[in-house]
Amino acid sequence: MRFIIALGIALALGVPSGLTFAQARPAAIKKTAAQTPPAAPAAEEADEATREFDKFRAEMEDSNPAELFEMKGEELWKEKRGPKKISLAESCDLGQGVGVVKGAYAATPRWFADAGAVMDLERRVVWCMVEKQGFSFADIAKQPFANENFTPDITSLVTYVAANSKDMKFAVPLDEPHVRDAYETGKEITMYRAGPYDFSCNTCHGADGRRIRMQTLPNISTGKGALKGVQGWPGYRMTGGVMLTLQWRMNDCFRQQRFPEPKYASELVTDLLTYMTGNANGQLYKGPGIKR
Amino acid sequence: MNIRIIPLALSVAALAVAFPAGADPEHRAKALEIIQRDFQTRGQAGLDRLTEDGVQAICNRTGNQPPAYIAAQMNTDQMATVKFPADGVLMGNWKEGEKIAQSGRGFTWTDKPGLPVGGNCYNCHQISPKEMAFGTVGPSLYQFGKLRGNTPEMQRYVFGRIFNAKAFNLCSEMPRFGYIGALNEQQIKDLVALLLDPESPVNK
Repeated sequence: MRFIIALGIALALGVPSGLTFAQARPAAIKKTAAQTPPAAPAAEEADEATREFDKFRAEMEDSNPAELFEMKGEELWKEKRGPKKISLAESCDLGQGVGVVKGAYAATPRWFADAGAVMDLERRVVWCMVEKQGFSFADIAKQPFANENFTPDITSLVTYVAANSKDMKFAVPLDEPHVRDAYETGKEITMYRAGPYDFSCNTCHGADGRRIRMQTLPNISTGKGALKGVQGWPGYRMTGGVMLTLQWRMNDCFRQQRFPEPKYASELVTDLLTYMTGNANGQLYKGPGIKR
Repeated sequence: MNIRIIPLALSVAALAVAFPAGADPEHRAKALEIIQRDFQTRGQAGLDRLTEDGVQAICNRTGNQPPAYIAAQMNTDQMATVKFPADGVLMGNWKEGEKIAQSGRGFTWTDKPGLPVGGNCYNCHQISPKEMAFGTVGPSLYQFGKLRGNTPEMQRYVFGRIFNAKAFNLCSEMPRFGYIGALNEQQIKDLVALLLDPESPVNK
């Protein structure tokens, strides 16, 4: 297929080598410092790798491997499945009416009265699979994220639904009291420092212009930063060649924070996503993307 | 994890006096409840990691800006945790220090449990000019020794700061590498050398 060839080429060109870093060396370092240590280069200035990847990502937009998972997800959405032999298309309400996928991703997390909970999109689809189709939550939660040999159905389903919010604005209903509660709780969770390294979400994502090594870290408390946090998810990740969702992104953040693992599709993750997506409100979602 | 009793006892008393209410006590309480409920142990990352120690508790409840009188007392307590080398030698081998500074491994649920772990230094700091892939969460340490000298006092300061950054700035973003047992005495000595040895590329 065309995109696989494109991918191969892209991988070969790939993420810039150390040579590029050397070329990006700021002039400040070459000078002899007088009294103050030389300032580290601004994130934007030095982040050659990110710029090149963004360029490549733009070129790949027309042949994004995520499309494969969208197609698979559409089949899964419409197929009668599970012990109850019913399709999600005829049973699952993502907040826009039963079976309606248009705009659902950009308008979640939201309050679902039938479940008595605020849910992000992935959590809601899992809820439908369990409550409407009769799947076991434990089975879904056993391996909820893709690896090189396996992509869970839930990942394809979320990718399909997300694709149906492409070019729509994020519109998490923050005026709804339950959603507002989840937002405020999520905000508190981002401030919680613990673990061996005393890290919170905000250690990396609470201020502008921060980098870990060459990786820029969005400040999720701002509109611009929060958008960077949610844009491109679900995303096809070049590293490993796997399709991953925001639930996975939150999971891997906690791993790097040296925390224990967040339970899959839990209120904890929904609250964080309510905070982050809510902060991105009013800005355009570009649909499933490509990640490094 | 080790000795965390003294700061915790102090912090509980201090909290009662200084912070009868947080900025948003209702949602904070909800967040704590959810944090205790919605994590699971994986690999070496157990649920004990969710429990705040005294420093974390104070910083969490004050937006990392504790009142000066509490910070001063707790800085002193944290300073008392710093174990300076018995032999009085504070500078090790900068080449070993560079290796420790490069590694960011350790303590995640995908890392093998146990020591040694990396110092994670380049994740957040510019250090040697040869390494361009450095983070910006912490200040640049390039030419650290060249600008400050390497007097015994400076060596002691750097050793202490790596051992327990919270002894200097209570809510510093920097982990307490010696205090939590992540880096041993020799490793910290090597990092002191990386920053202060005139032969280290940091000071060229």
